[in-house]
Amino acid sequence: MSLENIVNETKAYYCLECGKCTGSCPISRVNKGYSPRLTVEKALLGFDKELLADGGIWSCMTCNLCKDRCPSNVDYTKFIRYARAEALKTGYTGNCTHGGVLSSLMRIMGNPNLKQDRLGWVSDNLKISEKGDILYFTGCLPYFETLFKDIGVNSLDIARSTVKILNRIGIKPVVMPDERCCGHDLFWTGDLENFEKIAKLNVGLIRGTGAKKVIFSCPECYRTFKQDYSEYVDMDFELVHISEFLAEKIDEGKIDFGSLEEDVTYQDPCRLGRHLGVYDPPRKVISSIQGIGLIEMEHSRERSICCGTSTWTNCDRFSEQIQKERLKEAKAAADTLITACPKCQIHLSCAMKSKTPIDEVKIKDFSVLVASAMGLGDDP
Amino acid sequence: MKEFDPKIVAFCCNWCSYAGADLAGVSRMQYPPNVRIIKVMCSGRIDPLFVLMSFLEGADAVLVTGCHIGDCHYIDANHKTKNRFEFLKEMIAELGIGEERLRLEWISATEGEKFADMVKETVEKIKKMGPSPLSPKVMQ
Repeated sequence: MSLENIVNETKAYYCLECGKCTGSCPISRVNKGYSPRLTVEKALLGFDKELLADGGIWSCMTCNLCKDRCPSNVDYTKFIRYARAEALKTGYTGNCTHGGVLSSLMRIMGNPNLKQDRLGWVSDNLKISEKGDILYFTGCLPYFETLFKDIGVNSLDIARSTVKILNRIGIKPVVMPDERCCGHDLFWTGDLENFEKIAKLNVGLIRGTGAKKVIFSCPECYRTFKQDYSEYVDMDFELVHISEFLAEKIDEGKIDFGSLEEDVTYQDPCRLGRHLGVYDPPRKVISSIQGIGLIEMEHSRERSICCGTSTWTNCDRFSEQIQKERLKEAKAAADTLITACPKCQIHLSCAMKSKTPIDEVKIKDFSVLVASAMGLGDDP
Repeated sequence: MKEFDPKIVAFCCNWCSYAGADLAGVSRMQYPPNVRIIKVMCSGRIDPLFVLMSFLEGADAVLVTGCHIGDCHYIDANHKTKNRFEFLKEMIAELGIGEERLRLEWISATEGEKFADMVKETVEKIKKMGPSPLSPKVMQ
């Protein structure tokens, strides 16, 4: 897609140059060299080469804050996504954090011959099945566990807790031994060829299990299935995030919570909040736990601030600054921060380990909190 | 049908294992020609990405070699290699490529025989295992 088409597609020609985007952007606040307005202007004035060569398009967290506030409805997030695909064709890429390991993993998973061995985490007390109505999509969690256990993040606890919760409400979810990563990061860094392969493989595998409902614990997988897969494949199953699913079950009276004396605050992941508009279900579930005080941070819901970096690209000192400011805000509200996204947990925990120390905030995943409130937390 | 001829990528460090491979050569030790050697200055330079990219491009096995622990030319860089290797091995197993396809060996400049033996063993093992699931031979 040429830059002119990108401008037409995202309605960037409506830009009034008001600068609301740059004023809202969490990155522009710490990095004066980055400006969404300038990026759009470059495209409108025909500076194509400069725009594609500019490292700035890889810094964007695609958190949708500017898109939400834009008075002209310019879809900046989409603009960045198309511009990245175009830049990739010209040979430019972002600086891949973790040495590009994670994006290579996804490209490896695009190979249909691969037979993964990813269910090592399913212990005997977790009941899963091979075929059934309800499927739990674990996403990249087994790989995150391997990569990030050295910073003290055990991503697989999220998967274990989710299965435990589902077991308690009488569901034996299907967990696929061979599911692929959802391809979210490939999609957002412009590698659409491999994304399409992964999308088709995943939907085929899910169809094979006969599932009618797919539950996600990761907002990125949820968003990718819900909004982006439809361009490439047809899906005939219902998609739901674990928080929405649990909120529904609470209404039906199927969940008994024990009590948990703790003050917590909740971080809205950008994919779940601004991208999909799921703000209330997680809050509803957390506040139904007896004894828990849910205190909002200064910036929450639509105004929530992102975890500093996205798609494993361009993590730099500015990302760290955003993360630290977010952690300070969390500390001012409560000692424990609940997030519904495994990546928020990884990024914020990483910021806590940085060389200039900050006040310790406990970071817990949503599913892990719910599981411990249901008395399921201790057994491995 | 033609016999399966594995493609193996070996990363060797400039100071020990590459010299080891060189010694195997000048001493005329026989070993199978399936291995493609890539010289790096230090085994600490071997980014996990190099290993994953080798598999992605269709390598049937990857050998990571360097100086013995304590002998590193850059003091302690091979400790980093060791740490990286551990998580890579775990990841390769999860991916289903087969952890036997990734091997770490410390080879000093005097151990030409060890290098030749390592290559022989690996080629035999990989021939038994067959091509990697990511290999273009499987794709066709």
